[in-house]
Amino acid sequence: MKRTVCAKSIFELWGHGKCPEELYSSLKNYPVEKMALEFLPFEGKVNLKKPQHVFSILEDYGLDPNHIPENPHNIYFGRWIADGQRELIESYSVKKRHFIGNTSMDAGLSFIMANHGKVKKNDIVFDPFVGTGGLLIASAHFGAYVYGTDIDYNTVHGLGKASRKNQKWRGPDENIRANLRQYGLEKYYLDVLVSDASKPSWRKGTYFDAIITDPPYGIRESTRRTGSQKEIPKGIEKCPESHVPVSLSYHLSDMFFDLLNFSAETLVLGGRLVYWLPVYTPEYTEEMVPWHPCLKLISNCEQKLSSHTSRRLITMEKVKEFENRDQYSHLLSDHFLLYQGHNSFREKYFSGVTKRIAKEEKSGQE
Amino acid sequence: MRLLTHNLLSSHVRGVGPRGFPLRLQATEVRINPVEFNPDFIARMIPKVEWAALLEAADTLHLIEVPKEPIQGYERNEEFLRKMHHVLLEVEVLEGTLQCPESGRLFPISRGIPNMLLSDEETET
Repeated sequence: MKRTVCAKSIFELWGHGKCPEELYSSLKNYPVEKMALEFLPFEGKVNLKKPQHVFSILEDYGLDPNHIPENPHNIYFGRWIADGQRELIESYSVKKRHFIGNTSMDAGLSFIMANHGKVKKNDIVFDPFVGTGGLLIASAHFGAYVYGTDIDYNTVHGLGKASRKNQKWRGPDENIRANLRQYGLEKYYLDVLVSDASKPSWRKGTYFDAIITDPPYGIRESTRRTGSQKEIPKGIEKCPESHVPVSLSYHLSDMFFDLLNFSAETLVLGGRLVYWLPVYTPEYTEEMVPWHPCLKLISNCEQKLSSHTSRRLITMEKVKEFENRDQYSHLLSDHFLLYQGHNSFREKYFSGVTKRIAKEEKSGQE
Repeated sequence: MRLLTHNLLSSHVRGVGPRGFPLRLQATEVRINPVEFNPDFIARMIPKVEWAALLEAADTLHLIEVPKEPIQGYERNEEFLRKMHHVLLEVEVLEGTLQCPESGRLFPISRGIPNMLLSDEETET
C-alpha cells in the first residue's frame, strides 16, 4: 500500500450483504477467532481520537454518478488496514507545480508509471524525452536518482514561453531542477542534457535501472531529430542559443524502435522500459506493439484519448543481454511493418472519420 | 554537470565509435554544491565508474583527495565512499566544454547543462 495510487484503502472484510439484515447475519457468522486477538468484539472502549482499530461500513451505489439508486447494491463491514497513496495525486498535482509544459504528465499517471518501472531506492532512472520532468518527480519520490534529456533547448533550460494561461514567459524558478526542489527531492537530481534521443550520447554499458518516458506523438509536441537538411524539411526551426537547425520529421515507428534498442543496450538485466504508445484505435492490433529480442512485454494498458485515438502504456523488461546484431532484428519483424503503417498517426488524429469515409467512397468508385 | 555524468557521456560524432570516450573536460565556472550523503547509492555506482576518465576530469578541475581506484571492501568504507560522493556528485561544472577526443568537436555546457546536439554535417551518412 506504500506504492499504489490506484487503491484508496484496504479493509479486512468481516461481513457483506445486499441489505442491512443480510449484513448483520453475515457479521454474526464471522468467526470470533479471526477478530483481532488483543480485544474482544465490541467490548473495548470507544476512542475517537486515537483508536486502536477503525471499523468502516462501505455502501456500494454502483458506478454511474448520474443514476444513484435509493438503496445501495451492497453493504460491507470491515476493519481498516491501511491507506494507499492517493493523496500523492493531490500533493504532486500539476496545477501546483512550478514548471509545466503543454504535455506534462498527470501526477497519478506518473506514479503508476514509476510503479510499472518497479522504481526503488537508489535506482537510476532515465527519461529520454524529459520535457518538464514530471516523470522524474515520481521516480525521485520513490528514492531513485534521475537523469533526463530532451531535444528542446528551451524546455531543458526552462526558458521561453510559459504553458500556463495568463503567463507569458517562464520565470527563473521554472526548470526541472526547481520542480524537484519544490518537493524536497533535489538531492535525486543528477543531470539533464540537451540531446537527441535518436543519437544518444551515453557510453557503452548498462547503467539505467529503468527508462520511463512519454515520447512525443507529433500532435501537441512535434517529433523531431537532428539530421541532414537535404532530407524532407517539415518545418525547420532554428534555436538561437543552440545554433543547431532541428529539422526532419521523425517517423513514429523509427522513434519507438530507437527507444527499444537504446533500452536494450543501456538497461541493467531485469530493468524496465515504460512508455506510452499512441494508436489509431480502429486499426490497432496487439501485433503492432514494438518488439525487441532483448525485451519482454510485461503489460499493455489502454487509455482513451478521443473517439478514434488512444494511447497504450507499455511496460517491458530486459531479459537478455544486448548483442550488436540485435540492433536490426526489428526490421525482420512483422511488428515493424504494422506500426510503420501507423506513421500517419498525426493525420489520422486530425482527420479521423473524414478520411475513412473519403477512402471508402474512393474504393467504392474504383 | 556532475562528474558522474561526465563519466557516462561519449561523443557520438559519426565514425568515432568507442574512441569518443572520454570527453575532454574544460571548465570556466565550477560550483561545489553539498548533496546529502547516501553510502548505498555511491557503493552501487563504484562498479560503473570508468576510473581513468574520472581521474582525468578530476585532475582538470584540480580536485584533491580523489581515490585512485576502488579499494577492497569499499562498500563498508565510509571514508572512501564520502570522498567518492564528493567527487561524483558535489562538483558541478556550470560553464565549460566537452571535447570529442577523436574529432575535436566541442559540446558546450551552459547553466550546468551540456548540449550534445550535433549539426547537419556531423549526422550525414
